[in-house]
Amino acid sequence: MEITYLEAIRQALWEEMDRDDQVFMLGQDIGVYGGAFKVTKGFLEKFGPERVIDTPLSESAIVGAAIGAALMGMRPVVEMQFADFISCAFDQVVNMAAKQHYRLGEPVPLVIRAPYGGGIHAGPYHSQSPEAWFFHVAGLKLVAPSTPRDAKGLLKAAIRDPNPVIYFEHKYLYRHIKGEVADGDDLVPIGKAEVKRPGSSVSVITYGAMVQQSLGAAEKLMPEGIDLEVVDLRTLQPLDMTTILASVEKTGRAMVVHEAPKTGGIGGDIAARLAEEAFHYLDAPILRVAAPHTPFPFSPVLEASYLPNADKIALKARELANF
Amino acid sequence: MPADNVTPIELLKIYYYLKLTRGLEQRVSTLYRQGRIVGGVYISAGEEAIAVGSAAALEADDVIAPSHRDLGANLMKGITPKEYLAQYLGKQTGLTRGRDGNVHYGDITRGVIGFISPMADLLPVAAGVGLAFKLRRERRVVAAFFGDGASSRGDFHEALNLAAVMKLPLVFICHNNQYAYSTPLERQMAIEHVADRAKAYGMPGVTVDGNDVLAVRSAVAEAASRARQGGGPTLVEGKTMRMRGHAEHDDASYVPAWMLEEWRKLDPIDRFGAYLRERQILDDAIAREIDDRLSKEIEEAVAFAEASPFPEGKDLLEGVYAS
Ligand SMILES: Cc1ncc(C[n+]2csc(CCOP(=O)(O)OP(=O)(O)O)c2C)c(N)n1
Repeated sequence: MEITYLEAIRQALWEEMDRDDQVFMLGQDIGVYGGAFKVTKGFLEKFGPERVIDTPLSESAIVGAAIGAALMGMRPVVEMQFADFISCAFDQVVNMAAKQHYRLGEPVPLVIRAPYGGGIHAGPYHSQSPEAWFFHVAGLKLVAPSTPRDAKGLLKAAIRDPNPVIYFEHKYLYRHIKGEVADGDDLVPIGKAEVKRPGSSVSVITYGAMVQQSLGAAEKLMPEGIDLEVVDLRTLQPLDMTTILASVEKTGRAMVVHEAPKTGGIGGDIAARLAEEAFHYLDAPILRVAAPHTPFPFSPVLEASYLPNADKIALKARELANF
Repeated sequence: MPADNVTPIELLKIYYYLKLTRGLEQRVSTLYRQGRIVGGVYISAGEEAIAVGSAAALEADDVIAPSHRDLGANLMKGITPKEYLAQYLGKQTGLTRGRDGNVHYGDITRGVIGFISPMADLLPVAAGVGLAFKLRRERRVVAAFFGDGASSRGDFHEALNLAAVMKLPLVFICHNNQYAYSTPLERQMAIEHVADRAKAYGMPGVTVDGNDVLAVRSAVAEAASRARQGGGPTLVEGKTMRMRGHAEHDDASYVPAWMLEEWRKLDPIDRFGAYLRERQILDDAIAREIDDRLSKEIEEAVAFAEASPFPEGKDLLEGVYAS
């Protein structure tokens, strides 16, 4: 049966809570209210207030407390109401959670669910894609699924992973995308990209909501004989360089697409690694399509101008294919 | 109601701003239901007395750091209904020129620090404004607003402590409206009064009836006068009730009906209107005149906002840095 991206996240949480009594959730308005996006609706009734914990409005304390419980061997799943507010817990994430295992050999099996991304007319504080803030920090794993199947499989894998994982769930995709998921355990391994569309002309390396847009660009370019290969990273940290390199070796042309700003974005790092590791396969410069170096704007016209989309991707991909 | 020596003209001005606040927000709520607003809508119905009463206690060159239910204070500081509506519609004529939305606006030249989403973020900033006043020997005061939920953030605690240690000219003003989104007070804090937090920082804490506009005015006036004389900050808590959902999408079914009924009887505008009539400052003729003026002002604002242009996509990159 086809389910939404949101339902896939819900199922993963439900099944993991059911499977392991050490898994519990904490966050703002996740219990009685069922979460700002209703991802955890019905969880309080099923699992009770000791495992579905409504917290005060204290991001730093929420993440810190989750780290503490994780050090005791529990498996906390934190819901940020919006990824944007993770900055209020930044110190706990980057200084406490990320460095614990390197310093002391003590695992921190923590998941932070971060509803992120734009396209919902929500302005600078409810639309950001802050994954690059954390990409720089060793000790964190970052995942960003683009389909219901990956959403479910990656969340399960994240909950079972012994490291702190930030799980970026795209708000636009919640109810805008449907797909098949397998019943039961269909784990998507962390650290494995997937080619969502094989092609021969250009490798489009992307993730999150931009996977759909890149597939859209591929459709647009088909009649012109330009055949895009869409590589969905799924995991941003650690990067699956094997899959990326195999794709670029095949096509000889690479572009990276993300919704987050280009400046200091993950695309820059991927482009640098391609320059270092794939120079000999490349027939053209590496291009990036990403948001500009501005805060995320509110007004619909500005938002449309800000966000990458299928048209903008197609334009650059054509340039690259014809280079 | 503690009238102190507020003149009848002042009292009518307070009444006018209470009514303007309610009228404007009702209008925005209607526009929201008609699909004419971009994004979410935040309403202060039932707690207007805290914003208006506080602003009425300030001098013209004092500064406010509003939160999201302080339209009344913003209006009294000179933010216009036209600007307010243009902001909600994402128009170029809003105070953020469409770059941000709804309640995230301000204008430092009119003494309004622009509110941002992360709760309590403005409180340390307000302390810094107070620090500037202190360093420059200016006898000005900052009124900084926040909710009961915001008082759980570290930034709240750090700001109060810093302001108290440095004896800064601040009045911290809490809308204790019983809920933070779906989170009731007893899940937010283990104390009864937000004002009790003041003790920990060595500043006076005062709890007032937040639906009595003159009680709020009086408490803030006393605190502001102390602050102006170098006596340091005060925490003023107004007890009130959030009479609508967290935002207009939220039906607030988690709030017991009896609670709303009880609080409806304490409506701050009804109470203040009755008081003015008792003192023969308000009668039917004056009330009608005020209502006419209000609806004209509100409709003119709606027309202005709807006729205003959207920002242009090509302006996206403009304004990131100061020149
Ligand atoms: C740091 C942070 N976390 C979460 C949110 C999401 N959020 C917006 S308002 C709100 C509740 C605020 O409650 P309170 O401070 O009591 O103000 P009220 O809305 O009740 O007036 C929440 C959780 C936010 N804006 N900022």
